[in-house]
Amino acid sequence: MRIIFKTSYDADIRYFSNRVPALWYLALLLMSIALPFIINEFWLGEFTLMLIWAIAGMGLMLLVGHSGQASLGHAAFMAVGAYSNVILQEYGLPFILSLPLAGFFAGLAGVLVAMPTTKLHGIYMAIATIAIGVLAEDLIVILAPWTGGVSGKFAPSIEIFGINFDRYGNVSGLYWLILGITCLIVLGYRNILRSPLGRSFMAIRDSEISAQAMGVNIARTRTISFALSCAITGISGALMGHFSLVFTNETFNIVISIYLLLMIVIGGLGFIQGAFIGAAIVTFLPSVISFSRDAFFSNSAIIPGIESGMFGAILIFVILFEPMGLYGRWLKIRSYFELFPFYRRDMFRRQKSYLKTERMR
Amino acid sequence: MDALQLLLSGLSNGCVYGLIAMGFVLIYKASEAINFAQGDMMMLGAFITLGLTNEQYFDLPFWVSVPMAMLLMGAIGYALDALILRKMFGQSQIAVVIVTIALGFVARFVAGAIWGYEPQSLESPIAGLDFRFAGLALGIDELMVIIVTIALTGALYIFFARTKLGVAMQAASQNQMAAFYMGIPVKRMHSLVWALSGVIAAIAGILFASKGSIDPSTGLLGIKAFAAAVIGGLGSLPGALIGGLLVGIVEPFAARYIEGDIARIMPYLLLVLVLVFRPHGILSQVQSKKV
Amino acid sequence: MNLLDLQNVTLRFGGLVAVDNVSFSVKQGEVFSLVGPNGAGKSTIFNMISRFYDPAEGDILFQGQSILKKASHDIPHLGIARTFQNIELFEQASVLQNLLVGRQRHRRSNVLEEILFLPKVRKQEHHHRLAVEHVIDFLDLQPYRDKFISGLPYGIRKVVEMGRALAIGPKLLLLDEPASGLSTEETQDVAFWIEDIKKVMGITVLMVEHDMHLVNSVSDRVLALADGKILTIGTPSEVQNHPDVIKAYIGSDEEDALT
Repeated sequence: MRIIFKTSYDADIRYFSNRVPALWYLALLLMSIALPFIINEFWLGEFTLMLIWAIAGMGLMLLVGHSGQASLGHAAFMAVGAYSNVILQEYGLPFILSLPLAGFFAGLAGVLVAMPTTKLHGIYMAIATIAIGVLAEDLIVILAPWTGGVSGKFAPSIEIFGINFDRYGNVSGLYWLILGITCLIVLGYRNILRSPLGRSFMAIRDSEISAQAMGVNIARTRTISFALSCAITGISGALMGHFSLVFTNETFNIVISIYLLLMIVIGGLGFIQGAFIGAAIVTFLPSVISFSRDAFFSNSAIIPGIESGMFGAILIFVILFEPMGLYGRWLKIRSYFELFPFYRRDMFRRQKSYLKTERMR
Repeated sequence: MDALQLLLSGLSNGCVYGLIAMGFVLIYKASEAINFAQGDMMMLGAFITLGLTNEQYFDLPFWVSVPMAMLLMGAIGYALDALILRKMFGQSQIAVVIVTIALGFVARFVAGAIWGYEPQSLESPIAGLDFRFAGLALGIDELMVIIVTIALTGALYIFFARTKLGVAMQAASQNQMAAFYMGIPVKRMHSLVWALSGVIAAIAGILFASKGSIDPSTGLLGIKAFAAAVIGGLGSLPGALIGGLLVGIVEPFAARYIEGDIARIMPYLLLVLVLVFRPHGILSQVQSKKV
Repeated sequence: MNLLDLQNVTLRFGGLVAVDNVSFSVKQGEVFSLVGPNGAGKSTIFNMISRFYDPAEGDILFQGQSILKKASHDIPHLGIARTFQNIELFEQASVLQNLLVGRQRHRRSNVLEEILFLPKVRKQEHHHRLAVEHVIDFLDLQPYRDKFISGLPYGIRKVVEMGRALAIGPKLLLLDEPASGLSTEETQDVAFWIEDIKKVMGITVLMVEHDMHLVNSVSDRVLALADGKILTIGTPSEVQNHPDVIKAYIGSDEEDALT
């Protein structure tokens, strides 16, 4: 058992509460940096993909996990990021400018969506965002002169100050680049959470009525959270464009939006780590399934759709038995060992919130 | 004439949307849960009927397999609530949405694994028959859809207004606590509502399959039906039907008079407009929360 | 000087007149209580001051300025804080974070500065924390500082609710049934705190409360309401012995007995 004595207010402001988790995360970072020297290019590509999903997951996590709004159409903002990134590069802008601008445009799209829908709650918001997701997919086709329609867009390889980060030519370089971007976004995310902005998100998530009574402007806060969330998701979309080289309206369809949401729920809503765990599952589940199939059923035919079926089943189990997600389960296991033998089963028990009716707002 | 033809096909499509939407609304009214798998339940109902009827599978007479499929879907609905949804009592609405989406994924996979991913058609006695009247070609299948929907709506109305079980279900949905103290088994009522919407999903599925071919992703139609339910105002059965008809009628007219790509997005455009200007649907049932 | 004035305020819900032509003033530095049977319109008056409801007629003035043009989220910025009868805390956050939300009024940094967490933001955070620590000391919440609300017992939540309102640093504090559901001992604590809020912090208190013992011990003036109408205003003992008040309470008891 470890007891932490806090000696200044900064103890609650720092990224890590004490040296032990700080060292663990440092080790994780060093491992991530060393990864290209350990595994082959195929797996490095998979890890790059995981980081991209994790960025998208963080974008959605900010919205769903930290400000309590559902979005079932977030792939639309990935699309905005991907298309604006490539179109800007076609106009001659370098990647180092087009990427943040892509985030900016996605954020702007988020504001345009959030403004008229700030009065919507829970389910209705979810439905509106589904509609946005479906509309975006068709809009890409309609705007064919800019988006290339169904034939899609080709993403040029990234070049920064003469260094080329090609998807196949410089796999480790692309990985390191995206790792760096991921780290920056994590830092920004943590800063949001420890500042008044993060607390206003938390306030509108848990009780709109008392958020207002505390002086939080709900419409404004929701719009900001939407903008930031969409900007992060847009950046992941831009990176996804470079990663998959060619993308079309199908790349960012409604199923991807739903996947994103399911992903962060499995990982654990309300934890940045949850976005990474969810991303790992989405990325590596197909490989795990094909490996275990090869191992156990030597001559079985490929079953199409098994990934999403498995994914759905895992999700149902997670929600039924671990509403806090896989990261929440990990927290419980960790405190079991830290507090051994004093851990009690009800330590994480929450008071059940009995049916808060949506018909009464 | 042309417009009338479009109207008729729109009506029959709208009835299917309306039926799926009614399934949503039933469950929403009872437990404020949104069943995003309703479209997939419809797909499953259609496939079960197909599996029982078609020659290559069980080859049962159509009129035998229809009630069997309805019963089976009712049982599946009951089981879903009893085994999964009931365990989630007290979790947020969004968690329920996510679980039902996941259920949809699983249902699509199961249907694909059993019946394959190729489109198939139901060998239904009413499929493809035409009924010509004053220059209008009206499919018997389309007519059938409209008639069954009207009959089912009437039956549901009588069920909720007149029968003891229906009234108990309504009571359980309006005030769970009070209903519980009055001795109504609220949990079983929820499961029964799920069973009922399973049956309705089966009917919608059979009607849909009579009009054309189905495949495991047919359930994605549920999103459109869901739009219909929201346009009508969640929580209102007539609203669901109105919303369904509206979406159903808008589609063929848009397809005829507007350019193809834009026509396809009309239902969603309609949904966004309704949500922006009448956030709780045409027949809204929302009141202010008291603090 | 009057801090808060209600002038001929009326509010109807459909056909029901919830608040009927109510006028009263709360003076700077006093504890003013609203009493009356359930459904008398006490909480409705609070909700109008919080701008959750719009009065159909009349005006509400704070420091001589009408607040009816303000949005509900502007009210705390004027210096009016409130608690809720049924506890509306931020469940999935710690006590400390709940109290810090109260400091929203004193936020002086923009979104970009906060994302970069500039030194300025850090300095501000220290100020917010210091202010909140004063509230924690005042209400003896130290043992619960890092606990999540969802795991706290009712009595503590009630105190956190009051702390969160105090963290705003208000001029006027609206307490909606601060003692409901509390034990006698806890109610005594609440009475001491209200005294100190008035005397030490210099905050004016407007309170809705059913516990007449608490009302009598802390209030300077009491207003009795029934069916949305004012019965009387006066000192606690005057109000308690007023014939209309006695009638209103006994009358409502009879109704309760009948149903």
